[in-house]
Amino acid sequence: MTTLAHNNVEHHHGAGDHVHVDYPERPIEYQTQDGALKILGFWVFLATDLILFACLFATFIVLRTHTDGGPTGKELFDVPIFTAETLILLTSSFTGGLATFEMHRGHRNRVIGWLIITALLGLSFVGLEVNEFVHMAMEGATMQRSAFLSAFFTLVGTHGCHVSLGILWMTGIIIQLFQRGITPITARKVYIVNMYWHFLDVVWVFLFTIVYLMGVM
Amino acid sequence: MNTVPHWGIFITEPMILGSDVMIVLTSVAIVFALTKFKKWGWLWREWLTTVDHKKIGIMYMIAALLMLFRGGVDAELMRTQLALPNLSFLDAEHYDEIFTTHGTIMILFMAMPFVFALFNIVVPLQIGARDVAFPYLNAISFWLFFFGAFLMNISFVIGGSPDAGWTSYPPLSELGFSNGPGQNYYLLALQISGIGSIATGINFLVTILKMRAPGMTLWRMPLFTWSVLATSILILFAFPALTIALALLLLDRTLGTHFFTMLHGGNPMMFINLFWIWGHPEVYIVILPAFGVFSEVISTFSRKATFGYGSMVFALVAISIVGFLTWVHHFFTMGAGADVNTFFAIATMVIAIPTGVKVFNWLFTMYRGRIRMTLPMMWAVAFIPCFAIGGATGVMLAVAPADYQYHNSYFLIAHFHQVLIGGTVFGMIAGMYYWWPKMFGFLLDERLGKWAFWFFNIGFYVCFLPQYALGLMGMTRRIYTYPAGLGWTVPNFISTIGAYLMGIGFLFIVWQVIYSVKYGERDVTGDPWDGRTLEWSLPSPAPHYNFATIPTIEGRDAWWMAKQGQLDKNAFLPKKSDIKPIHMPKNSGRPFILSICFFIIGIGLVFGVVPFDVIGGLGVAFCMFRRSFEYDTDYYIPVDEVIHTESALGRLQG
Ligand code: HEM
Ligand SMILES: [Cu+2]
Repeated sequence: MTTLAHNNVEHHHGAGDHVHVDYPERPIEYQTQDGALKILGFWVFLATDLILFACLFATFIVLRTHTDGGPTGKELFDVPIFTAETLILLTSSFTGGLATFEMHRGHRNRVIGWLIITALLGLSFVGLEVNEFVHMAMEGATMQRSAFLSAFFTLVGTHGCHVSLGILWMTGIIIQLFQRGITPITARKVYIVNMYWHFLDVVWVFLFTIVYLMGVM
Repeated sequence: MNTVPHWGIFITEPMILGSDVMIVLTSVAIVFALTKFKKWGWLWREWLTTVDHKKIGIMYMIAALLMLFRGGVDAELMRTQLALPNLSFLDAEHYDEIFTTHGTIMILFMAMPFVFALFNIVVPLQIGARDVAFPYLNAISFWLFFFGAFLMNISFVIGGSPDAGWTSYPPLSELGFSNGPGQNYYLLALQISGIGSIATGINFLVTILKMRAPGMTLWRMPLFTWSVLATSILILFAFPALTIALALLLLDRTLGTHFFTMLHGGNPMMFINLFWIWGHPEVYIVILPAFGVFSEVISTFSRKATFGYGSMVFALVAISIVGFLTWVHHFFTMGAGADVNTFFAIATMVIAIPTGVKVFNWLFTMYRGRIRMTLPMMWAVAFIPCFAIGGATGVMLAVAPADYQYHNSYFLIAHFHQVLIGGTVFGMIAGMYYWWPKMFGFLLDERLGKWAFWFFNIGFYVCFLPQYALGLMGMTRRIYTYPAGLGWTVPNFISTIGAYLMGIGFLFIVWQVIYSVKYGERDVTGDPWDGRTLEWSLPSPAPHYNFATIPTIEGRDAWWMAKQGQLDKNAFLPKKSDIKPIHMPKNSGRPFILSICFFIIGIGLVFGVVPFDVIGGLGVAFCMFRRSFEYDTDYYIPVDEVIHTESALGRLQG
């Protein structure tokens, strides 16, 4: 969508990929007014998403001892696995950052490359997580077993769903980069998906600490 | 999942059968009329696909009025049942369903859309913008609300209404105790419209922060826009808690988790906490915009700038912050302990201070003003004593030890209706009257409006004052009947009379609208009230693009200053040489279709029909991908067209 406060627009949109630039002096993702608005809007969205996670964390913290005689975190969590998950996700945040860096230098193919690596790392993170969930379920630790497990699966699963969505989204943007190259519009998209990705990383740090580390302690 | 609908209920219940027949007849009539007058294309092009904030605002308002009617019918049914002891007009099950739908609809599908209607109709015009920051998202918000409300309303005729109260407390709302689809309807309807509400919060926050006309600093912003800013922030921080509360309860009901169950370590109080962490800010979400309306209306019709502008803004901000620290006052009786209750009791009482500041500022604005008692002003003036009483009883309820007596009694019912009706509903009606000419280009009839006003206001006190007494006499809320001989009969009977009077008042408003479409005074100036803020510098209704050229704002109430000769009035009219092509978003049918997909998911989850969820989910994903790949989203209105429109309006300068 585009916005309407363009007071001093001089020329028309041509068909195709010509993008009208409002602020040539700014970084590319901020060059259209629309882009600047969307980035701010996305920051605000992340704030609400953070509160969403905060509520899930609160629920988890209240219920984490409510194991109803069933398995506890200490019995279930596998230190090497969740450490690996953490390393993978942190690395993917870094590669995502490299994509933004290359974007500012105008190297389309490198941007695409780093994004693909980021998405693949994300995919392996999700794979590990699914594997972990399946294992737990097979041992009888399902989300129906106790309030603790309900809260665990929901909190970690919500994060996992966010990551999966991010992968799909990133794929869409990679395709658009192939089609259109780096324009103020695709650049804004790369920038925003990276904001999202870093945000999920931050949330994971809390998950790692509050759910896993405090769980095995 | 064990949520088989009681299909039998379709045909056996006279009331439901009646509704079925009504719905079918109305739908047939609408389809017939649209076909006969060849209006399908018009409906699709002008309304279903629009991204214009003015039209979206009008749709919100129509929906809110319809829901006010539906919720009002629920209220009249309940009051009829309670008019005398031992009546059997409604049985217990029905009564439960009706107070639940009444409360839910009034808060989420009447008050919220009414508030959003005014956001949409007013904010861009007041700040000198051509639309909101994200018009496409705005359309999504509306249609999500619309289909959420739709889902809620069909529950009555398909499968049974929710009946666990608008608060839906577990364990009552868990599968074990509410095993039909009713509770699922509640959860899905609120969830779907709630997503839209969060999007609206984001949209208006960004709009107000980033799209104000040059020169309009925050300190020059009209107070209504300030109230929208505060409300948007409240929405963003409060609604995620509701989202989570609803989602977890839905998981309990559909996947068998144990968040709020009595078994396997669940904790029902967790739901109640999450619900009210949203719920208390929610009451401010619906009252702050009403405060904003009163500020505009009172200052316009007193012909004075609002007294204490700075303290008004400060009060909005203070209420928004402290509003997050009071939620436990809804369950002092939980037994959280004296210290916790004390904290929340004091925080609650503290809110009375900024609220009082606002009330005194409105009074001082009127003091020595040249007051004109127009319809909006009448509702604004009536609000002050009503809200003062409601506020005072609120402080009484906040006294935690005393609340053990008032809790869940009719004292509480009277209190919250006094603030919700006396505050929000009065405010929304005042706002509707005030901005009606801006939306439609004509004024609503004064004479019929006065009948509506007096019926509604007198009815209000007749209805709710006796309920304070009933509460103190021990009558609890959510009971469907009571025995004779408790001394409750007379106050209940009086209360029911009051409810009917209010109903008549509402009918007068409907009549007034219909009458005024034909006979209402036309607004040819664009400024029928001699207004102060920017929207009154535009013609009524405003052209599609709002402002041909964006004015530079040089003071608070700049339009008023210009009319007083303190600023150049011509600065508000477009100059031919300044007109440039105007950048506008294209219409799109996708928000509508996307929301239907959400609706399909909703139906699937309500009845546990997985294929529906899959189809709806794929539909949502498809719409989002299509949007991501869409680059041709906007167009330019050529200069000639703008010049043509503006000169036809007689506004063009040299
Ligand atoms: C014509 C005006 C109205 C009348 C006569 C009326 C009457 C009633 C009655 C009789 C009840 C049920 C009390 C009980 O049995 O516990 C009720 C509950 C309620 N009303 Fe209203 N009402 C009116 C307008 C409103 C409005 C405008 C709102 C909100 C904006 C509202 C919000 C509620 C809520 C939240 C409940 C609680 C529902 C529950 O217990 O779950 N009402 N009202
Ligand atoms: Cu409250």
